[in-house]
Amino acid sequence: MAQAVISRGSVRSPLARAINSTFVHAVLILLSIIFILPFVWMVSSSFKPDNEIFIIPPTIIPQDFRPQNYFEAVTSINFFGQLFNTMRYSFFAVIGALISNTLVAYGFSRIHWRGRDVVFIIVLATMMLPFAVRMIPLYVLFHRLGWLNTLLPLVIPAYCGNPFLIFLARQFFMSLPMELDDAARIDGCSEFGIFRRIALPLSKPVIAVIFINELMFTWNNFIGPLIYLRDPKSYTLSVGLQLYFTQHGAEWSLLMAAGTLFTLPMIILFFFAQRIFIEGITLTGIKG
Amino acid sequence: MTKQEWRRMGLGLAFISPWIIGFLAFTFYPMIASAYFSFTDFNVLNFDPDWLGLENYQEMFKYDRWFTQSLSVTFRYALMVIILGNLVTIPTAMLLNAKVRGLSFYRTFLFLPVVTPAVASAITWVWILNPKHGLINGILASIGVEGPYWLASPRTALISIVIVAIWHSGQAILIYLAGLQDIPTHLYEAAEIDGASFLGQIRHITIPLLTPQILFNVITGIIGALQEFGAPYIMTGGGPNNSTLMYGLHLYRRAFLDLRMGYASAMAWLLFIVILALTIIMMRTSQRWVFYGR
Repeated sequence: MAQAVISRGSVRSPLARAINSTFVHAVLILLSIIFILPFVWMVSSSFKPDNEIFIIPPTIIPQDFRPQNYFEAVTSINFFGQLFNTMRYSFFAVIGALISNTLVAYGFSRIHWRGRDVVFIIVLATMMLPFAVRMIPLYVLFHRLGWLNTLLPLVIPAYCGNPFLIFLARQFFMSLPMELDDAARIDGCSEFGIFRRIALPLSKPVIAVIFINELMFTWNNFIGPLIYLRDPKSYTLSVGLQLYFTQHGAEWSLLMAAGTLFTLPMIILFFFAQRIFIEGITLTGIKG
Repeated sequence: MTKQEWRRMGLGLAFISPWIIGFLAFTFYPMIASAYFSFTDFNVLNFDPDWLGLENYQEMFKYDRWFTQSLSVTFRYALMVIILGNLVTIPTAMLLNAKVRGLSFYRTFLFLPVVTPAVASAITWVWILNPKHGLINGILASIGVEGPYWLASPRTALISIVIVAIWHSGQAILIYLAGLQDIPTHLYEAAEIDGASFLGQIRHITIPLLTPQILFNVITGIIGALQEFGAPYIMTGGGPNNSTLMYGLHLYRRAFLDLRMGYASAMAWLLFIVILALTIIMMRTSQRWVFYGR
């Protein structure tokens, strides 16, 4: 009797057995629709002429396609200027994050030195510090350095590493066999040589995760640019779009067109690099 | 230490030097400075601020009624995000783990909000929740129902922001999914033989074995929720009637609109102490409710 149950039970979780899979699909499809509906609504609104925006019941597929909304949005929001600022910010910060986080993580994983693990605990502890504590002195510091309205306050810290990304890269480096380093050391390779010729070439997965994380962070960052960038010429898309929203809150079709253009690069990136986004989560290794 | 040990320490420090510089300049110095500011009337313009002792801290609880309001709003927000969030994310992860076809397809959709720029999604949600012409009330109106005023009413504004926050919680779903996939199926099989019901299996196997992920998501969720700033700043400006005046927003306004940087620093330190205390409490009690027996 028990034997029969085991063979029938096979490898299915309790939910699969309790409810049939049609129900599971139905709920998952409904959830998926709820989760993507805001995107559909954003894109749909972005193509609507003004008179259709306020129709009840709302139309999902615009009756009148109005692609000119995009042209108007781009010109009235100074989209390309802000896009250029955002891209410069992302570009230089991503380079900084790639260099700093790999170097620092290497120092915390592949070299044994006294006090290393104590210092690493400090790295992790800084994650609990709210940005609000650092925000005011940093503002004052960058103000006195004359860095406000430039990208420096946003870009330079990226060259000093980020605790979460250091943690991820360290986790990864620790999984590489130490014998590789020892062999290279015997051959007379310097520590930096080992880092550059052995550790880095083997670390493509974690490099990709750092790249994606930093790119996403810089593209989305709102409070940083809000505080450090006061001159509209220096605005990134986040603050630029927010300012336009406070000034022209009722121009929904233009706002949705700009929002679509702002979101699109991240969505395209996500579709191409979905595996890397998800790898970043499994790399954290939050397990029992 | 031997010569060899000194050499290795030098090398180690050289590799982590970018972090050391960043820590000193962008974390340690700001911490000291903000602790000092919190006892003064610093306002950016006075280079030699007056020492106030504990006055800023006393003012928060005695005279600043918006401070108490922001504290209450933020705690209610964090509580709702954690409880309602987990009621959505854990069952969703279980459904994804039900070995149905098209897992990667569903996962993509549920994760998409995470990669959306916060400003773009906040503005889109303001439009979706528009009381007259938004997507939700527009649909409700077409079937003759008058929907709530969402962000425009003090009664529903905070819960509206909670809904948007939950919409963004794809990361937590994936963390739970990874945890569920690690639960050995033979446990369920054994429970089945012993005649355990479906709910019994969830209660005695799934949830206990998921507690490490629950602990992680709750801690990061609380730290994030207590610091929330962007959503109320963009979507409501703290209104209507200060019903969404969150702590981070109140602090930002005291600092950058009223230029009361000393007072705002005191607020920031209080927030840090609250976060620290909550994290320590959860880590300590976790030994009692988190299952590490694997």
